[in-house]
Amino acid sequence: MSKTVYNDGAKGGYTAKIRLQSGLIFIVLVLLTIICLLPIYILAINSTRASADIASQGVAILPGSALLDNLKTLTTNEYYVKAFDPLVGFRNSIFLAAANTILGVFFSTLTAYGLVVYDFKLRGAATTFILAVMMVPTQVVSTGFLQFMIELDLHNSYWPLVIPSIAAPAIVFFMRQSMKSTFPLDIVEAARIDGCGEFRTFLTIAIPMMKPAIAVQSIFLFIQKWNDYYMTSMILISNKLEQRTIPMMVNAVIGNDKTPDFGVNYTTIAISIIPVVIIYLLLSKFIIAGVALGGVKE
Amino acid sequence: MASAAQRRIKSISYAKYGYMFILPFFVVYCFFQLWPLINTFLLSFKGNGLNEGTGIDFWVGLDNYKYILFGSDSYLPAKSIHNEFVLNMKNTLLVWFGNFIPQLSLSLLLAVWFTEAKLKIPGKGFFKVVMYMPNIITAASVAALCIMIFSSNEYGAINSLLIDWGVIAKTNPIKFIDNNSVWEPRIIVMCVQTWMWFGNTMIMLMSGIMGLNPSIFEAANIDGANSKQVFFRITLPLLRPMMVYTLITSMIGGLQMFDIPYLMHLGDNVNKNIATVAVFVYDKFYNLAQPKYGYSAAASMILFVITGALGVAVFYMNRDQDEIAKKKHLKKLAKQAKQKKSGFGGLDL
Repeated sequence: MSKTVYNDGAKGGYTAKIRLQSGLIFIVLVLLTIICLLPIYILAINSTRASADIASQGVAILPGSALLDNLKTLTTNEYYVKAFDPLVGFRNSIFLAAANTILGVFFSTLTAYGLVVYDFKLRGAATTFILAVMMVPTQVVSTGFLQFMIELDLHNSYWPLVIPSIAAPAIVFFMRQSMKSTFPLDIVEAARIDGCGEFRTFLTIAIPMMKPAIAVQSIFLFIQKWNDYYMTSMILISNKLEQRTIPMMVNAVIGNDKTPDFGVNYTTIAISIIPVVIIYLLLSKFIIAGVALGGVKE
Repeated sequence: MASAAQRRIKSISYAKYGYMFILPFFVVYCFFQLWPLINTFLLSFKGNGLNEGTGIDFWVGLDNYKYILFGSDSYLPAKSIHNEFVLNMKNTLLVWFGNFIPQLSLSLLLAVWFTEAKLKIPGKGFFKVVMYMPNIITAASVAALCIMIFSSNEYGAINSLLIDWGVIAKTNPIKFIDNNSVWEPRIIVMCVQTWMWFGNTMIMLMSGIMGLNPSIFEAANIDGANSKQVFFRITLPLLRPMMVYTLITSMIGGLQMFDIPYLMHLGDNVNKNIATVAVFVYDKFYNLAQPKYGYSAAASMILFVITGALGVAVFYMNRDQDEIAKKKHLKKLAKQAKQKKSGFGGLDL
């Protein structure tokens, strides 16, 4: 009897301690959540407020009613029209991100397939090479890259922003890893016996089987290319409005100190961020799982 | 019948398909990355343009490196280039340290909390999603948002809050992102980088912790280890390879830091107190009227060497430990075998 009481007491103390600990941790997590969301909240609220309101009070809890006015100014005011055109920006950004994603993921899968399935003399050397160059930073190559592109007169065009994605060592590395662990080589043999050509085997058997890995890499590559400012601003030197991507347009609006309207500035940033946030929230499950797989740090 | 077909297939060499499949990658890689890398290397030994005396077609030997790293007493432009590079290197290291240390400690703490089975934290999935979110937001837009929130006039969000609370006077707003401010913009960049990356590091460390053998933790529990002991004696040592990986990627990322430091300014001039080495490289070749490829390329190569050396060093350190353990183990086995042998009177059985 006394033993049971003692046990209960110990158990009660134990859970109480854990509950307290969990509670404290929960409070810290809530604080961090607020820190994570606060800038986005300020952005969303201020994008609906008029410039005069923001000037008198920088932060507000409730949204204002000037969102439509801000959008109207953004699309009619001479200054903003010169720097920012949402339709053109979205068209360019979507085109670049989609083209890069399709080319990058397709050719990386192809390369990884070649390295995993076939046995050839230079296989080891090629694999080592890809591993070694995986971590060469873009910045190191960019001087020679830009000078070379200017020599070929390819700057101010989209070619140097799209074609290089065919060679993406990090994605090849990831696809190779996941192919090695999930793709049975016997299936290639079986396809050969059935008379299936090598390239057709890749297209109709390997790609469908690699769908989960392809999906993860596509999401990451798309977001990375959507967010890219360095390469696009470097190659598109003339900075023409019809070529600008969304990040370049945002910079053209905000980076200048002659911006006439705070509210419209916030609206501009919100237009560039909110689609990304929505896509993220829809795909967050895959994205978090993808990060956990590692090797996707920019 | 089938076996005959199988034999025939076995005898065909498929090597050529391997080459065909990896060919596009290597062609594009050589054209768009390997040659540009070599080109950068070559450009680093060439002149900088007309106002520097020599053009891009002139070989200047190691002058670019000399001017960037050591400056020159006789040649004035070299001195300013040297000072600029040193300041940018200092900024890069300061901002990287200032964001990596809080980022790693916070991520490690959160990763341990999230993977602790004993704790009952509701809404783990929600927290993970929210904390990773800053990482996917366009860095250019984050920089723009910083310009708006940390405006140096009294209308900026933070300044107006501080004025409302009576912390600062209306006539004396904090110059958060002014081009002459030194520490305010640096601290903002550190905080923004931490804000953007801690979720990513946390999730990577979490997957590292979850990949550890759970029976080790069970054994520790049964032996009565408390959570502090488990963390310092088990989790941390076992997590070393993962931490090294995080360190390397963060280091390489830190040396490439560009978007926030470059874009977080008003007007045409980049704030020189937060400009990183990547900004130095970009600024030199992006100078439209007078691109200085020589300086830009030399700085790139310095960056390349540092990145490579650090990466190799850390990888080597990590591998070395394991190899030492392996060697020790092999020695022990050899010793045991010897003892066994001597047990049989030295006879080789």
